[in-house]
Amino acid sequence: MTEIRRLFRTPWLGPLLALCLLYALFTVLAPDTFARQSNLLTMLRQTSVVGIAAVGMTFTIVLGGIDLSVGSAVALTTVVVAESLRAGMGPVAAAAIGVLSGGMLGLCNGALVTGLKISPFIVTLGTMSILRGVAKGIADEQKIDADPRGLDALMQSHAGSLALPPGVWLMLAATLFGVGLLTYTKVGRQIVAVGSNTETARLCGISIPKTTLFVYTLSGLLVGLAGVLEFSTLTVGDPTDSVGLELEVIAAVVIGGGSLSGGQGSASGTLVGALLLTVIKAGCTHLGFPNWVQEIFTGFIIVVAMSIDRLRQRAR
Amino acid sequence: MTESAAPELLQVTGLSKSFGATKALCNVQLSLRAGEVHALLGENGAGKSTLLKILAGTQSADAGTLQLAGQRYAPNTPQQAQALGVAFVSQEPALCADLSVAENILLGALPGRLGVVDRAELTRRASAALARVLPEGAPLPDLRLRAGDLGQGDRQLVCLARALAQAECRILILDEPTSTLNSSEAERLFSVVRELTKSGIAVLYVSHFLEEVERIANRYTVLRDGQFVHSGEIASTTRTELVKLMAGRDVQELFPRSPRNPGEVVLDLHELAGQKLPIAASLTLRRGEVLGVAGLLGAGRSELLRAIFGLDRVKSGTLRVKGVLGPASPARRLAQGVGLLSEDRKREGLAETLSLGDNITLSKLESLGSFGLVSPKKRAAIARSYLERLGVRAQGPEQLARDLSGGNQQKICVARLLHHGTDVLLLDEPTRGVDVGSRADLYRIIDELAARGNAVLIISSYLPELLGVCDRIAVMVRGKLGAARPASELSEHDLLLEATG
Repeated sequence: MTEIRRLFRTPWLGPLLALCLLYALFTVLAPDTFARQSNLLTMLRQTSVVGIAAVGMTFTIVLGGIDLSVGSAVALTTVVVAESLRAGMGPVAAAAIGVLSGGMLGLCNGALVTGLKISPFIVTLGTMSILRGVAKGIADEQKIDADPRGLDALMQSHAGSLALPPGVWLMLAATLFGVGLLTYTKVGRQIVAVGSNTETARLCGISIPKTTLFVYTLSGLLVGLAGVLEFSTLTVGDPTDSVGLELEVIAAVVIGGGSLSGGQGSASGTLVGALLLTVIKAGCTHLGFPNWVQEIFTGFIIVVAMSIDRLRQRAR
Repeated sequence: MTESAAPELLQVTGLSKSFGATKALCNVQLSLRAGEVHALLGENGAGKSTLLKILAGTQSADAGTLQLAGQRYAPNTPQQAQALGVAFVSQEPALCADLSVAENILLGALPGRLGVVDRAELTRRASAALARVLPEGAPLPDLRLRAGDLGQGDRQLVCLARALAQAECRILILDEPTSTLNSSEAERLFSVVRELTKSGIAVLYVSHFLEEVERIANRYTVLRDGQFVHSGEIASTTRTELVKLMAGRDVQELFPRSPRNPGEVVLDLHELAGQKLPIAASLTLRRGEVLGVAGLLGAGRSELLRAIFGLDRVKSGTLRVKGVLGPASPARRLAQGVGLLSEDRKREGLAETLSLGDNITLSKLESLGSFGLVSPKKRAAIARSYLERLGVRAQGPEQLARDLSGGNQQKICVARLLHHGTDVLLLDEPTRGVDVGSRADLYRIIDELAARGNAVLIISSYLPELLGVCDRIAVMVRGKLGAARPASELSEHDLLLEATG
């Protein structure tokens, strides 16, 4: 009985049901196009970048922080990867540099948050602009063409084959990693503790600066990985790419049960949130709705998800 | 008694600490013996919190020596203090609401291998720690439960368990541990404290409730204005002496009583029921009268006030305010001259980041000028008059509300009700967390209001206060309000018996 109640309290149960319902709805409305397996594959692929960045954002939000620089960091990463390839590096090295540069940017965000004791919202609002500028500067405000040397295969699926591209596997792996970290590891529980009650965590001997640096760096590495996948999709380095991506990423976390006041959120819920956003977009496209309808619908879903979450919180 | 033979566990001498120009502590001494409960007494602002913070390692002293079992004791962090066996449990249970009970208990030292939490070990150690702070035979709370879903009493237990689980605990500091507990939870805490002292732990016990101190403490130390006043055996000191030591003056007239002339009925309830609580409440309140409502926590007393004030919905029954029948919104009630003082001062009483002047005039800004304009000069003048009338210890109208002590904050809340012109006052635990001196001020204010023809309905868990302040007292038991009887015919014993019946 308690197990059932616990399940009922799972914050992402509602979004999961919504996801299934919407999927079913679009399947009925557009059986010929939306329900095709190839579309499922496409949707998974389209979710990968947001999904991976959102696992990182889950850590940040559970800690009680936020990262608005995700979109700029992804764009900067695509530029870095493109430049690395142009400089003659192999695909593995270029991808590694992309991921690591994301980690570095995250570390910088974390260091600013802990060092200057400025709220993460303000810090990352600043770095959002700084990183966008840096990306444009490096790329000289141009798209950077580079031979992807096989990096494009990360996001490619082959005609007729239903095998998942590596990018989708990476998203699933990142989600599993996130679930495991937050649920089963010491550092994960410490992140929840800090987000839940910072003062108490401090009194219990948890180092807030260390935990913060760890979270922003880890989150940055995942953003870097998302950036590599974005490059793989675009096959160019584009400094003007992914404007506003951070909002979609935050929305995914919040729909999945993350609380902006910290302490709550799960990587599995975030994946559901990210998929929900993709299904809405894809469904609207398949039904031939214009872009503005999609946007209204997406915003609507976010507000509905939040109000349902409020009700659920009050119920306990 | 064997206490005098017990070894000195902690010896504090010449302790001083200043914050800027204010001397929080000046040449303070304290000695704790193993196995004793030592009460630390003093009004708010006497320096108790600073002393506790130094002992717990969250602040360092400017001067003075601390010796723990003969060794120099100067912790720089709470962890160092804990490692040396000094554990601190704060007034508000400090828990991570989103972690489980077990995780909260072992938060500082989660057991695990290679960074992965060892759940079996976690459960084992947490239940062992909880067992230490539960009376024998009491059931363990579910260790997997989210800490945020626990009741106040259980939260405190978890904090206690954590304090004891960290290292070999030698000194346990409890800061107003019962202020958020109901009486059965408090009883449970007392028996736990007694058990702990039997194993040689010294408990430093801070409380405003002198009855409680008399029951549980062996010795006491009184601080006033940051200075050591006196230390002695509880058994050989009367309550009046303690109050005098704390207040620095005789508080003979703690409960002044001017002649009161009950007038017209302003509040008339018949079988009033809320959505959940109260279940049935009937009462009449007249002008110039103070009516008290006693009862246990959760009996539905606050809900009664909320229903009257229109914050909670009324399910059935009749409610007549100044002759007007039926429930109304809080705004209507205020217009009728009914004011509510919430028990949760921080959340529902004050805008902590605003000035005292703002706080006092907030509900009636019209009084500060015409055409929607606010005159700072007028505001300051109004605020100053209330600060003086209510005896608020503050620098002036521009000081921020959060910088005042609890008692003075409460006076600001009362000042707002008075400035609004309310003459039917619903006071919910007006003296909770308020020191003796400010309490005396509040009692004087209530008496003055009643003498001037205001009607006061007061809820309190502190029975001597109800008996001292009220004309009549009714007891609420599980949502049902009993008949009000004259306070002069009642004793603490009667009230307690009825409340727990």
